[in-house]
Amino acid sequence: MNIQRAFSRGLLPLVAALGFMTAASPVAAWEPTKSVEFIIPAGTGGGADQMARLIQGIVAKHNLMKQALIPVNKSGGAGAEGFLELKAAKGDPHKIIITLSNLFTTPMATGVPFNWKDLTPVAMLSLDNFVLWVNSEDPYKTPKEYLDAVKKGGPNAFKMGGTGSKQEDQIITVAIEKAAGVKFTYIPFKGGGAVATQLVGKHINSSVNNPIEAVAQWRAGSLRALCVFDDQRMPYKDKVTATQSWNDVPTCKEAGIPMDYVMLRGIFMPAGVPPDVVAFYVDLFNKVRATPEWKKFMEDGAFNQTFMTGKAYADWVAKAESLHRDLMKEAGFLAKP
Amino acid sequence: MANKQDSGEVVPSGISVRAAEIAVALFLLTLGGLVMYDSVRLGFRWVGDGPEAGYFPFYIAVLICVSSLGVLSQVFFGKRRGEHKVFVEWDQLRLVLSVLVPAAIFVFGIQMIGIYVASVAYIAFFMVWLGKYSWFKSVLLGIAVSVATFMMFEIWFKVPLFKGAFNPLSFLGY
Amino acid sequence: MEEINALFHGFSVALTPFNLMLMVIGVVLGVLIGVLPGLGGANGIAILLPLTFTMPPTSAVIMLSCIYWGALFGGAITSILFNIPGEPWSVATTFDGYPMAQQGKAGEALTTAFTSSFIGAFFAVVMITFLAPLVAKFALQFGPPEFFSVFFLTFCSFIGMGKEPPFKIVAAMMLGFALAAVGIDTVTGQLRLIFGWHELMRGFDFLIAVIGLFGIGEILLSMEEGLSFQGRTAKINMRIVIETWKKLPKFWLTSLRSCIIGCWMGITPGGATPASFMSYGIAKRMSPDGGKFGTGMPEGIVAPETAAHAAGTAALLPMLSLGIPGSPTAAVLLGGLLIWGLQPGPLLFVEQKDFVWGLIASMYLGNIVGLIIVLTCVPLFAAILRIPFSIVAPVIIVICAIGAFTVNNAMLDIWFMLLFGVMGYAFKKLSYPLAPLVLALVLGDQAEDAFRQSMLISQGDVRVFFSNGLVGSIMALGLLMLFWPLIGRMKAALRKSAA
Repeated sequence: MNIQRAFSRGLLPLVAALGFMTAASPVAAWEPTKSVEFIIPAGTGGGADQMARLIQGIVAKHNLMKQALIPVNKSGGAGAEGFLELKAAKGDPHKIIITLSNLFTTPMATGVPFNWKDLTPVAMLSLDNFVLWVNSEDPYKTPKEYLDAVKKGGPNAFKMGGTGSKQEDQIITVAIEKAAGVKFTYIPFKGGGAVATQLVGKHINSSVNNPIEAVAQWRAGSLRALCVFDDQRMPYKDKVTATQSWNDVPTCKEAGIPMDYVMLRGIFMPAGVPPDVVAFYVDLFNKVRATPEWKKFMEDGAFNQTFMTGKAYADWVAKAESLHRDLMKEAGFLAKP
Repeated sequence: MANKQDSGEVVPSGISVRAAEIAVALFLLTLGGLVMYDSVRLGFRWVGDGPEAGYFPFYIAVLICVSSLGVLSQVFFGKRRGEHKVFVEWDQLRLVLSVLVPAAIFVFGIQMIGIYVASVAYIAFFMVWLGKYSWFKSVLLGIAVSVATFMMFEIWFKVPLFKGAFNPLSFLGY
Repeated sequence: MEEINALFHGFSVALTPFNLMLMVIGVVLGVLIGVLPGLGGANGIAILLPLTFTMPPTSAVIMLSCIYWGALFGGAITSILFNIPGEPWSVATTFDGYPMAQQGKAGEALTTAFTSSFIGAFFAVVMITFLAPLVAKFALQFGPPEFFSVFFLTFCSFIGMGKEPPFKIVAAMMLGFALAAVGIDTVTGQLRLIFGWHELMRGFDFLIAVIGLFGIGEILLSMEEGLSFQGRTAKINMRIVIETWKKLPKFWLTSLRSCIIGCWMGITPGGATPASFMSYGIAKRMSPDGGKFGTGMPEGIVAPETAAHAAGTAALLPMLSLGIPGSPTAAVLLGGLLIWGLQPGPLLFVEQKDFVWGLIASMYLGNIVGLIIVLTCVPLFAAILRIPFSIVAPVIIVICAIGAFTVNNAMLDIWFMLLFGVMGYAFKKLSYPLAPLVLALVLGDQAEDAFRQSMLISQGDVRVFFSNGLVGSIMALGLLMLFWPLIGRMKAALRKSAA
């Protein structure tokens, strides 16, 4: 166990980097010998599910892999089920998993025993943004106006809707509360689509939906995007609504909320897989990223297209983990031992 | 069961309704107790912003316990407590077990050798033992069902089914 | 009449030989998926979604929505023949469908189910065609208190229906609620009732319980009779369809009521499951034959099937026009729209006229194609019952095991299925009712979530459930349903005293 961990911690990133170099040569050393299970630690229809099934479609359409890629949903216990399965499948080269922030939040909030160090990091596909949304019939035009109103309304008067409990949406809510000195009533729903609809129906006052979850209502003029929680603006300059592009949405930092948060959409494998296996998958996802379908999906969902592999990726994940631990500790979300 | 002779009728022997009622009620009572125990751990009060996580489970458990106690009290003190109906006769129980036990072995077989192989064995066994069909016919039908499900799930729908701890079909590459 | 023109344009989009072929393939695949418990509509479409990636969006959605119709039709088949509902909304169909099949009226029951499904779906499609924008707005009125009131109404219209001992009704229902609470709690994110056993994290899926309680339990029960169960007699010719059709018009009132309940539940989006239970419960209260429900009354099939399909179809409307999925299947289709590069939402009707009206036209056509296909197969399905028990029983158990596994890809679920089978056997013989257990298991956690979300919104004030006209009137309707038997008794007592 300890050897495994040391291996994945120290050696693997290096090995993965090596593997990446060999992948550039025309003959890949390893190829799947049977169909590959693509585990989704979330339900059907959600963001991770959509991305996984898009990847499956792209792989099938462009014939990027000889064997089939088969998405399997394992959403039990806020995704813990999927992660535990991967942890148990040590050394299995035919299993990969797509993650969201529940890679960090689920073990911290529930105490279920797994950690990203039990897995082999393969590649970061993109980072998902979060945007502060309000109903467009409300008078707030900037984050400052809105937060001032929240402050004036007193604690718990304003309702923030989000997906799940003690997960990314609630973490962001707590971070906003800290940064701006306000207090929301956080209302958890089961999916991002439901949150956007509740906001349109004015059952809640604001949300921190991902762009793709709320873009339809934004275009139709029923929601207003106040700011994005990234440290830079989203790069997409094509007009999405009549007057605005994603690029026109200010960052929350510019608008005076000193915080940022992005969500990992990355791929992991079981621990103890040989480096040429990791290299194969890195190469596969590089090919996926080059397709027009992927590019369009990234643009529609206003994703942050950072791509990382090897050590850079592992370092990023380690940093994100400690960030989540701090945020969850401050918010009092850590599971009691 | 002891006063069976007192009733004077010829009662077919078997598990009595009374015994079954008590068993099920005790089972529910235990479940209720477990649920109540965990609800208390989760917090079962109504706090400022509504019920805690254990609030509903707690009262659900209370109702389970109350109603299973109600059933028990009817068994012991109800109007019909003197009646001795049979829940299941031994002969019937034997028949039921002749399906249930192989089914349990089948599920264990799935765990070991996977759905496809276990299904062939189970269907063939069931047909030969209970249906008195010939071995040839039975095995053939078992294989046919297994191959059909394999085609449908693994090949067309791309849904991997459980291959078992030993996976005897690993040579197929699925 | 703008809609009529648009619709005809839609027909011209949908009626190409390629699309017609896709419709037939879709319906057949859908029936197959619906028949196999565990695969179900949502999973089936998710599985096949990437295959449609290479098609034009309109053709792709036509095929997927036909899979959806097929799965809706198919769900009724196993409910009626083997007492195994493949989808949550087919549970209510077993109450009268399975007894009919046992009386040798499988063909009649299947025809009734398919025809009712078709009528429900057709009613909903007509509504989508002409009232879409208007109706979509209604869905926005639904916040957590309104959702809770809908679940409340469902429970109330169903409760107190059985003749079983009250203690046992309560015990069974509460057991359902307790099972529904296992797993992660949406509101606090805490793990509940798993006692440190991580395999329990995913909770108890309704399907596992139902496959065991109804399917395996039924096999154990019929085993008691010995192997005398050598296949049922079932009429297997096409005349049965026409004969059944002659009897159906007299249920027009139930049918209409179920259509309305279904459309309402589909749009709000309460979904098809509450719709089917509510519709069955209300039909039982309203019908003059209400007392005989559960013994094999065709009306008891008409009510849930019509409502479930009206709801299943109407659920597509909020998905298209608002981007809110009204059902799990609609959620997957919604993901499909994004993958094909379409954006669901208020602008879809404006920007993608071909797509939207092509889809609506395909709803008409797909349902007609589906009805023709399943009706021609009625004799075939009914003939399955003639196969001797010693062949059919192991095959059913194998299919049940596969179904239990595919729900969550979990081996443990197959063991639970077996356990539920034993429980179903014991419960049935001791007259613990299974229907309230299943209802509570299906809707329990959703109802609890809605209740606690409402409490968060109102900061613990229960009056939120009477805070506006909409939620107040649904709650009042629920209370009326709850006390209906009492009111009936009072009326009878009054009449007696007057006489």
